[in-house]
Amino acid sequence: MSNKFTMHVDVDAFIPATEDEKAYMVQMRPSSTFFKDGMKRLLKNRVATISLIIILLITLSSIFIPMFWPYSYDSMLGVRPGKPVDASFNNLAPMTYGRTELQRIEAGEQVFPHIFGTDSSGRDYFIRVVYGTRISLAVGFFASIIVLIIGMTVGSVAGYCGGKVDLIIMRVVDIIYSLPDMLMVILLASVLKMTLGPALEGTALEKIGSNIISLFIVFGVLYWVSMSRLIRGQILSLREQEYVLASRAAGAKGGWIIRKHLLPNCISVVIISTALQIPNAIFTESYLSFLGLGVNAPMPSLGSLASDALNGLSSYPFRMVIPAIVISLIVLSLNLFGDGLRDAFDPKLRT
Amino acid sequence: MNSKTLKYIIKRVLLAIVTVWVVITVTFFVMHAVPGGPFMGEKAISAAAQAALEAKYGLDKPLLEQYFTYLKDIVTKFDFGPSLKQRGRMVVDIISDGMKTSVKLGVVAACLAAVIGIPLGAVAALRRNKLIDKIIMVITTAFVSMPSFIMGSLLLVLFAIKLALLPANGSTSQGLILPIITLALYPMAYITRLTRSSMLDVLGQDYIRTAKAKGVSGGKIIFGHALKNSLIPVITYFGPMLAYIVTGSLVVEQIFAVPGIGRAFVSSITNRDYPMVMGTTIVLAVLIVVMNLVSDILYKIVDPRINLE
Repeated sequence: MSNKFTMHVDVDAFIPATEDEKAYMVQMRPSSTFFKDGMKRLLKNRVATISLIIILLITLSSIFIPMFWPYSYDSMLGVRPGKPVDASFNNLAPMTYGRTELQRIEAGEQVFPHIFGTDSSGRDYFIRVVYGTRISLAVGFFASIIVLIIGMTVGSVAGYCGGKVDLIIMRVVDIIYSLPDMLMVILLASVLKMTLGPALEGTALEKIGSNIISLFIVFGVLYWVSMSRLIRGQILSLREQEYVLASRAAGAKGGWIIRKHLLPNCISVVIISTALQIPNAIFTESYLSFLGLGVNAPMPSLGSLASDALNGLSSYPFRMVIPAIVISLIVLSLNLFGDGLRDAFDPKLRT
Repeated sequence: MNSKTLKYIIKRVLLAIVTVWVVITVTFFVMHAVPGGPFMGEKAISAAAQAALEAKYGLDKPLLEQYFTYLKDIVTKFDFGPSLKQRGRMVVDIISDGMKTSVKLGVVAACLAAVIGIPLGAVAALRRNKLIDKIIMVITTAFVSMPSFIMGSLLLVLFAIKLALLPANGSTSQGLILPIITLALYPMAYITRLTRSSMLDVLGQDYIRTAKAKGVSGGKIIFGHALKNSLIPVITYFGPMLAYIVTGSLVVEQIFAVPGIGRAFVSSITNRDYPMVMGTTIVLAVLIVVMNLVSDILYKIVDPRINLE
């Protein structure tokens, strides 16, 4: 049947496939989702993987170590009820012991070591650093969530509605964006610190501390703008897609389209910029703590530990160096991980 | 300059004016929302004395009237009123005193950052993926991740205490060396990374290939084409760099005891010297807004293709 011009159907072309031919057509690799693909690319990136491991280690230890550690972050070891303050516990060098502890060791008892020594009030420094890490991480995480929620809502409304709504929202965003953020943060934090303190007394929020709450308010007021700009831009390009038109033709309402079609499609951009927002928030918190506008004493944060260490810097430099290293490590690995996340999930954004 | 650029410039200037107004308004009302007023917390004073003090500083008038007086004084006379804690001194005088030191600090730090950062970035781009590029990238990544107060404290421990090479107190001009280095390291690292990435971008452009094909020498390509064009994005960083230096100087001046505006600002927050807090916030904010404006407009003029919307 080599005659190409015949009108007859070539029957040979329709015989059932043999087993060999079938095996050839079988897909060798299970089908992959967007998420799986991204994870694969992420895990291939060695720097990002190491950063992720460091972040997980630091986070887990800051959560679990305080549970079994024999000392607490606010107990002054030299202070015993009914006895004068034992000053031998203050300013201990790493791995040394206070007077009563030495007596107990001589009596053959086991005493848990002060790995990083103690601070000027006789508090175990290791647990303070661990606790401070916990606070800093928590502040960074929750601040980013607040930024995410506000930025996402405003950005998607502006992007979807367009027209006058968009114009007004974006002018407000422009102004907030061009405010010098750090100065406004300092101003708001210092005023809120004075205003919120009395207002919160007796409520459940008092335990968190007025300063952390004012920090969250400041983040909620000022830092959502870049997130909302980003999401607006995404939504503007996505809403012209055919599936949105199809959905609208089928009678879908605005809220449904935003939630079901637009937001899921810009989710990778959202996750990446949230991940990069966390180190930013930790940075700001430590900066404010350093200026005395951060967490309320005796609660430590990495910034306030560094700030406290400034007083005894010449005699006890390690008290500055330890929180400094932890902060830099957290910020560095979060940044590197965020970069890896961006490369893995959104190659378009790569700079 | 075409009409589109002109329109952009007018729009940016208007935005800057609105921003400054927002800063003044927010600062004023936020500071006046603090309960108790500025004379609380000091030793108990009689009601008559309190009323006299409030009358002297105009605090007994309605809030809106105070606001318009404050706004008018700033715009027409550049007057932020008297300081509440440093008796007999005007806020403007304290600010301009502090500025003398802080401007020196900031300008030298910014120049240092640019002078070191640009060549380093260019070298890293030209030796891409070689050892020197990797070393430069690792070091700059570390500098970018370190908050200024930590950098400052570590430099203080190392150079002033352990090695005793430089003075820790920033009130002498030799003592300004460490604060300047502290402030310069972050922008330097940032400029290096910025120059590197934009240089890599430029080196991949067609006109570089054309120049190479025409037989232009390597040095001429690098300095005549690549470096010149890759510096354009660096211009946009001047605004944010100033903002960084201003906020960085708040803590750096604290660490090294530099008698500048940053330290005055922080101490005015702790002693609740309201006019001082307001005045300093506004002056620094105007500085940052103007610098952002200048660097954005410069960017637009240097490269009119760019759409900053």
